[in-house]
Amino acid sequence: MLLKITDHIIIDEAYNYLQDDTCGAVNVFLGTVRNHAHGKAVIKLVFEAYEAMALQEIQKIALRAKEQWPLEKIAIIHTVGEKLPGEAVVAVGASSAHRQAVFEATAFIMNELKKSVPIWKHEYYDDESVWVNAHP
Amino acid sequence: MEILLFGITKEIIGAGKLDIPADAGITDINGLKQWLAGQYPGLSSLRSLAVAVNRCYAKENQLLNSNDEIALIPPVSGG
Repeated sequence: MLLKITDHIIIDEAYNYLQDDTCGAVNVFLGTVRNHAHGKAVIKLVFEAYEAMALQEIQKIALRAKEQWPLEKIAIIHTVGEKLPGEAVVAVGASSAHRQAVFEATAFIMNELKKSVPIWKHEYYDDESVWVNAHP
Repeated sequence: MEILLFGITKEIIGAGKLDIPADAGITDINGLKQWLAGQYPGLSSLRSLAVAVNRCYAKENQLLNSNDEIALIPPVSGG
């Protein structure tokens, strides 16, 4: 498994890791910075992680995905630091013999990542900034 | 007892780490949360506040040891 927290996502790194001659399906999902939220322009996002725990939680999710689907390889890469609109902030990929497993597994991994991995998004608008999800 | 802080908890508490004096008498997660709520009322406005002990989510009644790595985990928002 390729699990990492980094400053910058290199898509080829994920694909090169996932590609396998036994697999007919490689799926790589990229989450990117949207230039708007709640009707406001987003200037940038800044991500912070509790890295040691985040990697552990990411590994738990990857292992759960491996139990549920016949995956050959899994890649989960999340960035930290400042990200501008259009930039990739997270890459989740999987390879398998057939496509259904990788479509389902990557969706599962992304959904679980958003629930439990200790990473925080600080969203900056032109007039203020907020920690996303912090308040009800 | 040293507590690692992340995200909005750093802003509410005003530091990257928090040192809790031994005479606070905290022995478990419940006690820690009660002490924090008394010292930093802003924490109560959060959607949730979890505590991690040695890099795992802790249960409310989990006991704390002096050499544990303890961190406050405000609502996560990765992805």
